[in-house]
Amino acid sequence: MRLVLERRAETPLALRIGSPLLAVALTLLSAIVIFAALGHDPWRALHIYFVMPLSDSWGLQEVAVKATPLVLIAVGLALCYRSNNWNIGAEGQFLVGALAGSWLALATHGAPDGPWLLPAMLACGALGGALFALIPALLKTRFGANEILTSLMLVYVAELLMDWLVRGPWRDPHGFNMPQTVIFEPEATIPLLMEGGRLNIGTPLMLLVVALMAVLAARTLKGFEIRLVGEAPRAARFAGFSETRLTWTVFALSGALAGLAGILEAAGTVRQLQPAISPGYGFTAIIVAFLGRLNPVGCLVAGVFLAITFIGGENAQILLRLPLDVTRVFQGLLLFYVLACDTLLLYRVRLVRGAAA
Amino acid sequence: MTLLEAILLTIITASTPLLIAAIGELVVERAGVLNLGVEGMMIMGAAAGIAAAITTGNSGLGVLAAVLAGMALAAVFAFLTLGLATNQVAAGLALSIFGLGLSGVVGAPFVGVQRAGIGKIEIPFLSEIPFLGPVLFAQDPFVYASFALVVGVSWFLWRSRAGLVLRACGENHASAHALGYPVLRIRLYAVLFGGACAGLAGAYLSLAYTPFWTSGMTGGRGWIALAIVVFASWLPWRAAIGAYLFGGITILQLHAQGAGVPLPSQLLSALPYLITILVLVLIMRLRRGGAAAPAALGTPFVPDR
Repeated sequence: MRLVLERRAETPLALRIGSPLLAVALTLLSAIVIFAALGHDPWRALHIYFVMPLSDSWGLQEVAVKATPLVLIAVGLALCYRSNNWNIGAEGQFLVGALAGSWLALATHGAPDGPWLLPAMLACGALGGALFALIPALLKTRFGANEILTSLMLVYVAELLMDWLVRGPWRDPHGFNMPQTVIFEPEATIPLLMEGGRLNIGTPLMLLVVALMAVLAARTLKGFEIRLVGEAPRAARFAGFSETRLTWTVFALSGALAGLAGILEAAGTVRQLQPAISPGYGFTAIIVAFLGRLNPVGCLVAGVFLAITFIGGENAQILLRLPLDVTRVFQGLLLFYVLACDTLLLYRVRLVRGAAA
Repeated sequence: MTLLEAILLTIITASTPLLIAAIGELVVERAGVLNLGVEGMMIMGAAAGIAAAITTGNSGLGVLAAVLAGMALAAVFAFLTLGLATNQVAAGLALSIFGLGLSGVVGAPFVGVQRAGIGKIEIPFLSEIPFLGPVLFAQDPFVYASFALVVGVSWFLWRSRAGLVLRACGENHASAHALGYPVLRIRLYAVLFGGACAGLAGAYLSLAYTPFWTSGMTGGRGWIALAIVVFASWLPWRAAIGAYLFGGITILQLHAQGAGVPLPSQLLSALPYLITILVLVLIMRLRRGGAAAPAALGTPFVPDR
């Protein structure tokens, strides 16, 4: 028995939409097996994991709060991956964005003046993330250094930088030696959408970014260039598109979005800096980008789904004492299934009897 | 034992997991496959190794379990990238995320359990050579295994026919296929070998280096092993130099932290990562013109009959 792949002439539309759904279904099926293997009633666990987060308004708000950074980062990464630029250091760009924006909040702490502060903080965060992302871009275009490895190494550097700042120069002097900064002034925190919730204007901002990116990808020359460089680099070179400039553009853009997500998280959801500011948003966003088929609107849907797994994982930890790592297992499995199902788009898969070729 | 001997000893122990994992990945990449999941396979090896060693009370079975766990994860990767021709970068990332998560679940019951690590074996006679003896010939079995891997893989790749065929698959899979070689099966064996090495490197971490389990204990070593392969220009003996360079930096920064160097400890901890980046840049500058990477690295192969 062996697998044989036959290239398809064209991909039916139903399959394009169906393949991510099939991946999700396979993940849920695997979840049932894993829950049973860990000795839990699979239906109850499934309910806690995937239904409970959506069953009350608090849960729904939390899903939106968690989906916001995931989608913001993922739409940027999708541009990178489409053009064959493998930025996997979004986690570091997220942290540096949070640091850069918080720097302004801390510098004006005690004497905040004017409504310019928040927009300036957001701009600083985006700028910080973009500059940090340009390091691997520069090393790739100037020296040919592998961007996968350099961008990932910079994640560890960013984590240590954050650790040093919140334990050293930026530590709250009245914080009982906890590794965290002061709570930001009200002028330096992102306004809430409604009283009594955690939802802030970061979420509508994220929706705006998705809309803008959808237009950029589908309706502009830049969007065409990104797709062309990724799918037919030779043709792109003949058309006169510069690969170097494009690498810079997509790294800067994805870094800026990750940085924006970082400062929104710091100044909106957490309201101070602490080392555990991200539960791995930058890495999960990679899965969001692929599950969303590298399409901005797809990323939005995928981001909501992965946000549910985060909340579900927290619920399951409290109610079933399941380790939080189970969430990571599901996320890894999901990416496996997404990739496997995407093969169905390009090839017809058949099982053939007989020895391997 | 002199201070220099002591430092050299710790450098060897810090370098060994990097070397074992890098040699495995080197063979995988020589066959034309880029497996970015080394970190995931390594930590799965560490978790499975300590879980098996504690449950059975036998370190040897722990090592076996670690190797098998690494190979199992590698088999999943092989099914996706070879069987289904998926994107190798994305599949490797998925493997890393999955391995980190699964190792946390497998290792959870063993957090904080102490056990005696795998001891050192003194080779009679050789270990009595002044200076070199205690450093090179009174080590744990993993260190000897890493030396054997470097020699064995060098011989296999450049002195054996099978090694030549494996390299041919990595340079030009279409030609290798046209000559009648089973490209996908050869790549499968290479990927499984890489998984076994990563698992073994993981076992070293949890059974000998720090003989207990902590979640995420690989701390990016799998990624540094990938960087070492690039640094080594895909040559085994240069991978040994690279691994000892990184091991040396890790140990020296630890000594600097202990000696109270007036620098933030976080900056010193960041040194191995920063130097990885620097080395990647320098090696590309030195190599200007001559590309050393296997030509078909990272491109999926779908045989047409």
